[in-house]
Amino acid sequence: MGTYLAKRLLLIVPTLIGAAALVFVIMRVIPGDVALLIFGGDTAGQIDAKQLADMRHRLGLDQPLVAQFGTWLWGVLRFDFGTSLWTGRPVIEELLVRLPLSLELALAATLVSVVIAIPFGMLAAVRQDTWIDYVIRVISIGGLAIPSFWVGILCILFLVIWFGWGPPLEFTPPWVDPWANFQQMVWPVVTVGYRYAAVTTRMTRSTLLEVLREDYIRTAWAKGQREWAIVFRHGLKNAMLPVITLIGTEFAFLIGGLVVTETVFTLNGVGRFVVDAVAHRDYPVVQALVFLIAFGFVIVNLLVDLTYAWFDPRIRYR
Amino acid sequence: MATNYPLTHAMASAELAPRLTVAEEVAKFIREKPLGAAGAAIILAMMAVAVFAEALAPYDPYLGDYGAQFARPSADHWFGTDEFGRDILSRIMYGARIALFVGFTASFAGCSLGALLGVISAYYGGKVDLLLERLMDILLAFPQLILALAIASILGPSVRNVVIAVSIPVIPRAARVVRATALSVKENVYVEAVCALGASRPRVILRHIVPNVMAPYTIILTAQLGGAILAEAALSYLGLGTAEPTPSWGLMLSGSAPSYAEKAPWIGLFPGIAISLGVFGFNLFGDSLRDALDPKLRGR
Repeated sequence: MGTYLAKRLLLIVPTLIGAAALVFVIMRVIPGDVALLIFGGDTAGQIDAKQLADMRHRLGLDQPLVAQFGTWLWGVLRFDFGTSLWTGRPVIEELLVRLPLSLELALAATLVSVVIAIPFGMLAAVRQDTWIDYVIRVISIGGLAIPSFWVGILCILFLVIWFGWGPPLEFTPPWVDPWANFQQMVWPVVTVGYRYAAVTTRMTRSTLLEVLREDYIRTAWAKGQREWAIVFRHGLKNAMLPVITLIGTEFAFLIGGLVVTETVFTLNGVGRFVVDAVAHRDYPVVQALVFLIAFGFVIVNLLVDLTYAWFDPRIRYR
Repeated sequence: MATNYPLTHAMASAELAPRLTVAEEVAKFIREKPLGAAGAAIILAMMAVAVFAEALAPYDPYLGDYGAQFARPSADHWFGTDEFGRDILSRIMYGARIALFVGFTASFAGCSLGALLGVISAYYGGKVDLLLERLMDILLAFPQLILALAIASILGPSVRNVVIAVSIPVIPRAARVVRATALSVKENVYVEAVCALGASRPRVILRHIVPNVMAPYTIILTAQLGGAILAEAALSYLGLGTAEPTPSWGLMLSGSAPSYAEKAPWIGLFPGIAISLGVFGFNLFGDSLRDALDPKLRGR
């Protein structure tokens, strides 16, 4: 296990440096000069050339690209992601303000999806090719087809028409007023959770179907065990490993879900922060957020792989 | 002992499995995969609407009619009108063009480039493989929508740029799948044989390996189609895809839809149904195709 862990941790380093380099290059090929944008436009004629040169110098844009990348990477290592061009505050500060909301949304959506997906996926597998299976399959394929921003819009249409609901102006953390927080978060959680649950349900169904055809399941039937014991004790336990992996890899979908859902519900979270930063061409923020999301994704995948290795000894010794 | 009945292999297989006509093949697919056939029907209907939009659409999708703002769904405007009085049904019909164009070109471009990289990675192995694999790892570390968002933000909103933004995240996913198959194809004796005959590397790759990885390529291509349509809708919704007044389904839902929830809920309703139905069709068809092409999944 130790060697495996060390190997995986070492592999993260080049991936992250590569991701940082990619983000850096992407942000540097933006057409238009960032220094010009700060002065409020792409029209160079009206701006004093000296002022522009000063601004370039202040932003470090007159340095060679490699030096700029080095400076940025050194900053990243010290958790210094620069300051937002839009608000003038440090990126990390802006991020910490928005993180609790997005974290709550992500965790609640994951929890909801697991609570829904595993029982329904199991039911569909155990009752394969019956109407129960068909209904669950159609609902879960629907979850993959329906865009989450549209689910959000439908929730808003419903709430506005029937309850005269208006979007919340400010986020109430759960430790301040749990009920107000619940009211704010329940629909966004449903919106993100539906898609997440759809993917997990399909995975649970197909892995459980595979496991239920194994020889040891036939042995358990032959021993005269009850169905629930076979499904839970022998089936589900062995079907859970790919599902756990999936919950981790679906983290990418979750981030995408957060971006659109927070925009639909006008929630001031990290996802909306990305969209706003992109719209304002606030490149230090976009650069930092895209890198941090990639970082989070790599870490979550590592944790998932480690859980997997911990569950399944065959992987540990590879 | 020789028989006086010369039975060739071709004759035997012709005897065992009579060749089906195209109509019989289609009937067999409908019988065996009803959900897949339903998906194919949705896709065909969508294509027909996109191709014949001029003839089918009752109104000009760009033309506003300020006398008919927020008209309810009626015999004149089946799906109602939007805040500019534009007919929603006509805009949805023209929107099918953007959705299909972006869906097909982005997944085709992304999957083809990814497949080529996957085959090269598998065939050359060693340092080339290591380098390409790390590059794909890095690309995979970015969630699809975030990568598309970053690319779209650089390129600015336009249909061509959406295609680029949507296709790049597809590359590593296709490369992964195709590389795995190419690794086993490469070990076949016939590949060794053409190498021994002195075939050049590009010839071995293009003539002997690429045709044998077409099954996973087709699977990943159809699997990505629905996703590409969703990605286009999401980018347009966020204001980074196609720009007004182009009729795009995602764009039709952005901005105005929730703010007119009370006054005109149909603005937010029908484009969403169009997106969901289209993606649903591609997913159903893709699932059935995967089942048919992947023997491990048969009968599930």
